[in-house]
Amino acid sequence: MLNFILKRLGLAVLVALTVSAISFSLLFMAGDPAAALAGEQATDVDIEAIRRLYGFDRPMIVQYWEWLSRALQGDFGESYYFRLPVADLIMERLSITMTLGVCGISFALLTAVPLGVVAAIRPNSLIDRFALFLSVMGQAMPSFWFGLMMIVVFSIQLNWLPPSGTKTWVHFIMPTIVLGYYAMPAIMRLTRAGMLDVLGSDYIRTARAKGAGEGRVLFKHALRNAIIPVVSLAAVQMGFMLGGSIVVESIFALHGAGYLAWESIGRNDLPTVQALILVFSMFYIVFTFLSDVLNAWLDPRIRVA
Amino acid sequence: MKSLSLKCGVAALALMVAGAAHAGKSDDTLNVAFTKELENVDSYFNSSREGVVLQRAVWDGLVYRDPVTNEYKGNLATSWEWIDDLTLEFKLREGVKFHNGEEFDADDVVYTVNYVADEKNGAKTQRNVNWMKSAEKVDKYTVRISLKKPFPAAIEFLSGPVSIYPNEYYAEAGPTGMGLKPVGTGPYKVTEVEPGKHFVLEKYEGYHDSPKGQPKVGKIDIRTIPDVNTQMAELFSGSLDLIWQVPADQAGKLGAMEQFTVANESTMRIGYLTLDAAGRTGEKNPFTDVRVRRAVAHAVNREALVAALLKGKSKVISTACFPSQFGCFQDVANYEYDPEKAKALLAEAGYPDGFETDYYAYRDREYAEAISSFLNAVGIKTNFHMLQYSALRELRMKGGTPVSFQTWGSYSINDASAITSQFFKFGSLDDSRDEEVRDWLDVADSATDPEKRKEYYAKALTKIADQAYWVPMFSYNTNYVFTNEVSYTPTPDEVLRFVDMSWN
Repeated sequence: MLNFILKRLGLAVLVALTVSAISFSLLFMAGDPAAALAGEQATDVDIEAIRRLYGFDRPMIVQYWEWLSRALQGDFGESYYFRLPVADLIMERLSITMTLGVCGISFALLTAVPLGVVAAIRPNSLIDRFALFLSVMGQAMPSFWFGLMMIVVFSIQLNWLPPSGTKTWVHFIMPTIVLGYYAMPAIMRLTRAGMLDVLGSDYIRTARAKGAGEGRVLFKHALRNAIIPVVSLAAVQMGFMLGGSIVVESIFALHGAGYLAWESIGRNDLPTVQALILVFSMFYIVFTFLSDVLNAWLDPRIRVA
Repeated sequence: MKSLSLKCGVAALALMVAGAAHAGKSDDTLNVAFTKELENVDSYFNSSREGVVLQRAVWDGLVYRDPVTNEYKGNLATSWEWIDDLTLEFKLREGVKFHNGEEFDADDVVYTVNYVADEKNGAKTQRNVNWMKSAEKVDKYTVRISLKKPFPAAIEFLSGPVSIYPNEYYAEAGPTGMGLKPVGTGPYKVTEVEPGKHFVLEKYEGYHDSPKGQPKVGKIDIRTIPDVNTQMAELFSGSLDLIWQVPADQAGKLGAMEQFTVANESTMRIGYLTLDAAGRTGEKNPFTDVRVRRAVAHAVNREALVAALLKGKSKVISTACFPSQFGCFQDVANYEYDPEKAKALLAEAGYPDGFETDYYAYRDREYAEAISSFLNAVGIKTNFHMLQYSALRELRMKGGTPVSFQTWGSYSINDASAITSQFFKFGSLDDSRDEEVRDWLDVADSATDPEKRKEYYAKALTKIADQAYWVPMFSYNTNYVFTNEVSYTPTPDEVLRFVDMSWN
């Protein structure tokens, strides 16, 4: 098991480095960083001053090396745009994104897994149809539209929930549902398919034959096997939610890390973008890693492979 | 995605009836939305419109320009005079106190000017400050500002972007500290800053007898809400009282509802096409021929663009500046919409069947596309490229573009030097490179006699129009939407003035 974990960790570090190097060079290719930083109202003088101030006139590789060696010592520098330490900025924004991501994935799992199990037990029943309907809706509705509809109904017409902001937990209800709903269909369909597959297998028949209770068959034998791909999927979805909830964060004015990343790219705020990309890739890596470990625990065969 | 999201949202919002408003007047708090994340409240370290809005509320300049009459009045200074072409002397107002209790005097002016004028300190908008060399104290309430070279627009700049900071506090806090805990002499003091997200201002009870007037609304609560539809939802649910920069079609719908007031005002931003007259993209470039450039000018129906797309107080313009700006001479060649004449001019220039060209824009896709279809109609086939601002800027700085749709807001500076001289003096964005125009602008920019300035701007603008280096299109406008509880008359410079707002 230790060997397995170490190998995965080594791989993770390499992935993070590659991602950061690529993103650094992409940002330079996307347009003159000094012009982006200076803004639309800037004159040549402004741009030149910024170019000198931030040293954009030096070779890219030098700039990357400088950033990397500082980052390795835990110094992510100061945001070009906000003039605040990147670490503080990201910590503040990340707490919002994390809250939203955890709530979103919990909402998705808590609705999708039970629905998937029920749908698999009673295939083609009314409840299976209902689950199918829900998941088709979830896949088909773009989240910006769903989000706006929620605002129209619950904030404006019913006046139950605040339309945007992060002041209280109530503000997180609609974003959680919108974000979670997007991840739900895939998880549910995968649970259903896995359960159907497993329920038809020999060892379930054996379990039933030896007189195991229905609950024990479903949850100890069937779900434990069927859930393995779901765990991997949920990990990827979670990484996606933490880095990619840009639309939801923008509609509900949440100002989380996803929105910060999106805006920072447009502003060519290199230190912020680089740090965020590192954080996001770390999320993916950590979650895939955790899901590997979790799956190894769920299924001893994976540990050997 | 954005425009689709807008359209769906509008359709949805238009379907329903708004609930009753509840925030605002009852607790003397005006809730306002910003669309863009403001980088830093310190006005020397941001370059955005939101920054200008906060700057005017939190700080004061030495001089104030009345936004309606354009007359200059003393603000932190009571009077001023030109000692010579390079020296301005100010008598300062006595008894003014900063929000933190620090007394305002000559030391504050000297420190602020010397700090921002030093390029090493990295003020973000160099143009606003780099004309000043230094400042020196004459006595406690007299100060002199020295200029690098004659700069007649000095008073305009001192009434706009140059605001005075408290020397002791700024020396300690610096731009980062000032951005987090701003301190000024202005009508509103800042009580809360969450960078980029949320700003709370409170009426400054000790505000001096300023030409800005006294603040009336007790508290201003500003939140950044990037999505226009969400802003509208907040307005409907009563948790916002005022939104601005509302797109024309949404504003029209909101205006039809009883509980909102929609006010439209022009802004100093203008839109224009810049043509590669200097041949930077290649000597054979058709736009080096004046007939082709004039054909472009005749090809676009600017009246139709204004009527159908921009609406409001936008106007068709013919000069390379905004009409209210000092020196913006209006009596220049005007190219009426005449596609036949455009075709004839193209044929005369040797392009009877038109030609193909790259065409660039970085914002307002729908305006840019409409312009491109007018060009296509006379035979100028445009390959339209919509680029990120920084990418297009880089392209224009390095090799130029044959045609691009550009806009410029002059940073709300009411002087032609803030626009015409920025683009026609052989800078990297100068697509015409006309030496005569450059020399005239040099005279106009540095002459101290206003009449001489006007004369030389007129010469330059006349030639620019005659040669059609630019095809000026229209001025922009902006919509302010607020609940009926709010009383506000916007000004034509796109600056939200909280000090002018009150409850009905």
